[in-house]
Amino acid sequence: MVQITLRNLAHSYRANPQTEADYALKQMDHVWQDGGAYALLGASGCGKTTLLNIISGLIKPSHGRVLFGDTDVTQADTAARNIAQVFQFPVVYDTMTVRDNLAFPLRNRGKDAAYVKARVDQIAAMIGMEAMLARKARGLTADAKQKISLGRGMVREDVNAILFDEPLTVIDPQMKWELRTQLKSLHRDFGHTMIYVTHDQIEALTFADKVVVMHEGRVVQMGTPEELFEAPAHTFVGYFIGSPGMNFLDATVSGRSARLAGGHEIDLGADHGAPSGRVQLGVRPEYALLADGEGLDLSIRRVEDVGRHRIVRAEIDARPFDIVIPEGVEIPAQPRLTFAPGKINVYADDWRVAPNAGAA
Amino acid sequence: MTLELQGVSRVVAGKDHIHPTSLTLQKGTMNVLLGPTLSGKTSLMRLMAGLDRPSTGRIIWEGRDVTGLRVQDRGVAMVYQQFINYPAMSVYDNIASPVRLAGKSRAEVDRAVRSTAEMLRLTPMLDRKPLELSGGQQQRCALARALVKGAGLVLLDEPLANLDYKLREELRVEIPRIFEASGAIFVYATTEPEEALLLGGHTLTLWEGRVTQFGPTAEVYRNPADATTARVFSDPPMNFLPAVKSGHRLRFSDHANAPADGLLAGLPDGAYTAGFRANHMALNRHSGSAVAFDCRLGVTEITGSETYIHVSHGAERWVGLVGGVHALTPGQTVQVWVDPAHVYLFDAEGRLAAPAPYAQAA
Amino acid sequence: MDKIQNNRAWFLVLPVLVIVAFSAVIPLMTVVNYSVNDTFGSNDFFWAGLEWFQDAVTSDRIHEALGRQVLFSGIILAIEVPLGIFIALNMPRQGFWSSLCLVLMALPLLIPFNVVGTIWQIFGRVDIGLLGHTLAALGIDYNYVSDPLAAWITVVVMDVWHWTSLVALLCYAGLQSIPGAFYQAAKIDQASRWSVFRFIELPKMRGVLLIAVLLRFMDSFMIYTEPFVVTGGGPGNSTTFLSIDLVKQAIGQFDLGPAAAFSIMYFLVILLISWVFYTVMTNLDRDGGN
Repeated sequence: MVQITLRNLAHSYRANPQTEADYALKQMDHVWQDGGAYALLGASGCGKTTLLNIISGLIKPSHGRVLFGDTDVTQADTAARNIAQVFQFPVVYDTMTVRDNLAFPLRNRGKDAAYVKARVDQIAAMIGMEAMLARKARGLTADAKQKISLGRGMVREDVNAILFDEPLTVIDPQMKWELRTQLKSLHRDFGHTMIYVTHDQIEALTFADKVVVMHEGRVVQMGTPEELFEAPAHTFVGYFIGSPGMNFLDATVSGRSARLAGGHEIDLGADHGAPSGRVQLGVRPEYALLADGEGLDLSIRRVEDVGRHRIVRAEIDARPFDIVIPEGVEIPAQPRLTFAPGKINVYADDWRVAPNAGAA
Repeated sequence: MTLELQGVSRVVAGKDHIHPTSLTLQKGTMNVLLGPTLSGKTSLMRLMAGLDRPSTGRIIWEGRDVTGLRVQDRGVAMVYQQFINYPAMSVYDNIASPVRLAGKSRAEVDRAVRSTAEMLRLTPMLDRKPLELSGGQQQRCALARALVKGAGLVLLDEPLANLDYKLREELRVEIPRIFEASGAIFVYATTEPEEALLLGGHTLTLWEGRVTQFGPTAEVYRNPADATTARVFSDPPMNFLPAVKSGHRLRFSDHANAPADGLLAGLPDGAYTAGFRANHMALNRHSGSAVAFDCRLGVTEITGSETYIHVSHGAERWVGLVGGVHALTPGQTVQVWVDPAHVYLFDAEGRLAAPAPYAQAA
Repeated sequence: MDKIQNNRAWFLVLPVLVIVAFSAVIPLMTVVNYSVNDTFGSNDFFWAGLEWFQDAVTSDRIHEALGRQVLFSGIILAIEVPLGIFIALNMPRQGFWSSLCLVLMALPLLIPFNVVGTIWQIFGRVDIGLLGHTLAALGIDYNYVSDPLAAWITVVVMDVWHWTSLVALLCYAGLQSIPGAFYQAAKIDQASRWSVFRFIELPKMRGVLLIAVLLRFMDSFMIYTEPFVVTGGGPGNSTTFLSIDLVKQAIGQFDLGPAAAFSIMYFLVILLISWVFYTVMTNLDRDGGN
């Protein structure tokens, strides 16, 4: 197991990239700590799969280097990198039994039979497939096959990293819970470095210790799920994380106070200086509160009952604004909008303006 | 305008794909078919569309028996999981094709295409080819083709399953809006409980080819008719534990019990299965009547503002969703609290014996 | 099965039914008629019952032809299937060279059967044929007109040349449908080239291989034109396969009754073997599921 370092990495699918737009992956430096559980989160076409393929060795980057520990593996092929990968669609050897599938990577590396058997039994127990070891893999359900892929990834003790490429795409919601928790326990028990690519924020946030959010070929933020939720570094992260995403309101900010386009004054709770450019306030729907009396004017368009909470689709100055109301909380008759103290983020030209330390 | 299924079933090679089903879908309603893969959602839709002939029963459309009538002769439109458009035609021609086939005049076609495109926000892309569009736009084009001919019945078979999470979220908001404007009967198949809740309308839960419940979505969610419906309509899965009612107490274990009053007062003594949803589990005593359970902690999953906690209570495995960020060490013993107001009781056959009191109050 | 039916669709199928009736059913019935009657060329028929069938079953001549036929089909399957797979595995997967390969591979399939025969008949001639002459110049005693072994080799090589590309093209199509993730997973698992073939490529090719084997078996079992043009069934009877023998009997000797009985049995044998092939292959498939 090693630390994976990306140094000055960039990639273009074109032969002679000229402008920055030609790059599927803009230049980046990044370190994946040994034993970390990472998620690479982004929309289709954001470059997350390109990045994963560069780490796995399927793609040779057009610029920069990939280091496993201190070894430069930029030009090394997949087999030499000693990694494991679980793909979007289950990749199993149909004609082999489940046992042979799990044993395959070990046998190919010439491990002795007793070790292979012990290790396969151990992995089968972890993925809950002991009862099916003698079965052919063909004809198993998608989630059972995906468990085998997962098991094949885990079976080697010395892998440098395990890469996941949207592994739960074909799995039913109910089974996703089981596979995800299994994955988490496996990470806890074995401590492999794991990199998990997905467009699904729930999968990314629940799986990873650190989530790397990508947008248009760039890493816009890396942080814990809590950091991404509470303090998104970029408006894209605010929009992409959370369901519904963050609300944005145009405003002018000076010091602790913000003035909305409609003239309403809001106390930010901390000094934000005097940011220039397009200044917006970002508020999570969970931190917007509806109450009688004081507050911001809004018109409610519709209310969606999502079971454990309700989503109020409202408008402020003809721009959409979502509010999440917990189950059992009533919507007041004459609702006014206020914000939970200290939960307002300020953005200038899409990037977060951190409050001045000590002022909060 | 109604679609009525009277004892409709489908048997293929001796296997019941759809058990006899009777239901009526009203004009201008959104009907969600909710169930896991292979529960019969697509089979039921194909019967409604007239792509398959029912083994028994009749299908009545606007008071007329249409059993055995070809799909072409019914006013039906369908949207699939795959984005199905004509790749060689522009978006305009794609949307126009169903109306042109119906033999409408050029002016009528143009009017229909433009208003539908406007509704689906495709107006700026009318001259482009489908493959030049993003996945969300391609699916909107397919939706436009389904809507443009003014079909009375629009069937959507997991239309958002192939889209990115965030795009899915956006279209989920848009679909009810589009649907209100069209006035047709919408039938929408999905595997995800959250999608059903967001779409609202009515929900029909399916399990192994059997319709377990059909009613207003929030009603089915809060008052599931049986344990199967509750399981299908809970994400994360519903938590279950055995409970025994004797006299005025409902016993969950040696240490945990609750008064059996209110809705439970008239219930006969005996063994039941209690069920509660993940968001009704707490790590503190959140209400005066809450009952505590000693559990062993499994993994925790942090979503940013909330935490999913996986615990095992005896042989049962539970999932809880609690507010805030809790980084807890797996393996430790934790106390979780459940308010009896949030507990459903199911009898030995799995039927709902007593609804959760909170749902009655709502 | 019980899809909603459109009865007008039957009208579209009608022309096919009529054509099949004229081209297949009626001639077949005529043959059945011949097989149970004796005739002397005019339209007088005498009931012969199963006599011709008995003759055919006990005929040494037919037994020998059948033996040669089975041997021939066996040999060409044993060569063409592995060779076709091998070629498919080594064809470029995309780009200009892939298109070029596909066109070149398709060429032999486009040549009419009797032209194939003629090409090889001339190609192999010792006096003017490039192959025959070259071999003779190298001191190899090769003469398909007089040497049965040479005749066999010529016929087999000709068939391999003509038909291997069919197997290769089918396998190529099967290989193209394997997602890239499988190869990548195999690399990560450090699978050997043989394992990749055995556990990924071969299982995924099974469907097309079944079709290839069936087509090649049926075609080779009925082979007539090419060996007839090259060797005429000789030297002696050494390359007289079933259909050549059948034609000799029917046209050469005008034994219409025995020939008809023979052709019906021939037809049934092909049907039977194809059915056995098909069932065995698809059952293998199903067993894998349990």
